[in-house]
Amino acid sequence: MTASPRDVVAKGPGTLPASASQSRPAAPLSRGRRGAHRRYVITPLVLASGVIVLFGLFFFWPGLLGLTYSFTSYKGYGPLKFIGLDNYARLFKDSSFYAALSRTLIYAVFSVPLGYALSLIMALAITNPRAKGTTGARIVFFLPWLVSPIVTGVIWRWMFGENFGFVNFIIGELGGKSVPWATDGNLALLVVIFASAWSGAAFNMLLFIAALNNVPVSYYEAAQLDGANGLQCFRYITLPAIAPTSVLVILLLTLGQMKEFALIQALNNGGPGTKNQLIVQYIYKTGFAQANVGYASAASMVLLVILMIIALVQIAVSRRANEAW
Amino acid sequence: MVNTTPTTPAAHRPTPAQRPTDRRKTGQARRAVLPTTVLWTLATLVAFPLLWFLLSSFKTGGDLFSYPLSFLPRTWSVDGYVRAWERVDFVRYFSNTFVVATVTTALTVFFCASAGYALAKYKAPWLSVLALCVLSMTMLPGEVILNPTFTVVRDLGMYNSLAGVILPSILTPTGVFMFRQFFITIPEELLDAARIDGARELQIYFSIMLPLARPIVLTLAIISFQWRWNDYIFPLIILSDPDKFTLQIALRSLIGAQNIDWSILLAASVISMVPLVALYLVFQRHITSSDLGAGLKG
Repeated sequence: MTASPRDVVAKGPGTLPASASQSRPAAPLSRGRRGAHRRYVITPLVLASGVIVLFGLFFFWPGLLGLTYSFTSYKGYGPLKFIGLDNYARLFKDSSFYAALSRTLIYAVFSVPLGYALSLIMALAITNPRAKGTTGARIVFFLPWLVSPIVTGVIWRWMFGENFGFVNFIIGELGGKSVPWATDGNLALLVVIFASAWSGAAFNMLLFIAALNNVPVSYYEAAQLDGANGLQCFRYITLPAIAPTSVLVILLLTLGQMKEFALIQALNNGGPGTKNQLIVQYIYKTGFAQANVGYASAASMVLLVILMIIALVQIAVSRRANEAW
Repeated sequence: MVNTTPTTPAAHRPTPAQRPTDRRKTGQARRAVLPTTVLWTLATLVAFPLLWFLLSSFKTGGDLFSYPLSFLPRTWSVDGYVRAWERVDFVRYFSNTFVVATVTTALTVFFCASAGYALAKYKAPWLSVLALCVLSMTMLPGEVILNPTFTVVRDLGMYNSLAGVILPSILTPTGVFMFRQFFITIPEELLDAARIDGARELQIYFSIMLPLARPIVLTLAIISFQWRWNDYIFPLIILSDPDKFTLQIALRSLIGAQNIDWSILLAASVISMVPLVALYLVFQRHITSSDLGAGLKG
């Protein structure tokens, strides 16, 4: 159990300082071999050089460029013309930007808990020692991971077609009225939420399975002796024990949902109309289709700040969760 | 013991052969009923959209929309597949996607492993800075810098080329940290022993450390291949020539049509998944044995 802070994943940002101090200084400087010191400087540089170049070229440089663009009226060609904070001022008055941003937040607020619950339930069902056929179920649970967001969109569009979909057919058979899954904005978003939970569950399930397997069986045995029921075991043993993984899964899900693009493009293309246009789609449209690069970059910077806030809040929460545990 | 899933009514699966004489066994079997039912109800729910989609792709054009819908095709037909194959230049798109996915994956594994090793086994202030930089990539995904990335790729002369799709997607923070976490667990003594034996630093890395990391290499390779095979947004902005399209972009043109030809779209979607499913079947044990998650968790 004491291992929990380290459990928070590679990517778990909160762990970084802790594990960095765990790795012992690699260079035994005291040995006094000639050139050893120097070699320990050059080798890591050689090893990391590829990543340094890639980071600089395809992350740092575009990041800087994006920030610059956001202060210009750049249209994709010609010289940069600086217009100060104009783009941002316009952006904060742009109702379609707000619409896209709030739609994205609504989407995240609903799809993250659903995705979390689905993957946790799947992991619990599969790690239950009394369940039979877990190997087969594992294979089935994992299939959606193979399906690309585009094809996921196709599959769910097909299931929820208004006039031809399976779901409306069943509703009709049961005597209900056909539900406007595509023409009602909220229902259309609901379908996207289902689809994203379905497609993302497999991977998060693996994270949960690993975490659940690390909970000592003796805890459950002790609880059973004390007469705790299944729900109590789950609430007071399982949930706290997998808290670091929960934080990680929620962080990954939130960041992933905030930048949803391919799935919704295939499912309803932000429709009906532009009702379900999410933020990345908005950026793509203004930045590429309309070539308003400067304006789109300003929107990107706003999204970037939001993502940073989300990540930092969750890191803070995860730190506290780790301490509490 | 831990069971929070809502209990599902009815549909008890036949429990494996019960011997009334063996009371303990019967009890065990009975206790297995509920968890097993829950598990397989979930599995059915997860599999259903996929199954419906797969079966629909074998229906004839008219059968697709004729009420009442039938679960199984009334007449099995590969007509959709034939038409999809004629309409979509699958050979080209498969080879484009294959080139992008394999080359990117190979480079991803190589660069992430090297950097992960450097971060785990050496200490210098600039390495901590690098770790922070890579970490920041998780928070700031490529989607927020679409336009500038496009500019960079264009200025490097790689617009509308597969190289332009490959290069920006090589570096993944997940990969770097997977390797870093793995190499941290390798005892320092092993490194010291090799040094005492006079091995060069890079030699230690390539002939001792990298082979040790084989499970992580495989894990990252599988994840990366899946990511790149299914990638959408970068190929979309960087490729403009239909001859250079990857599969996902090609599929997109079928969906974008004014009147979707479902028969073609369903079949084409199924075809696009075949290579990944084959890969999955080969590595199924490795993928689902939660090593994938364990690798991520380090």
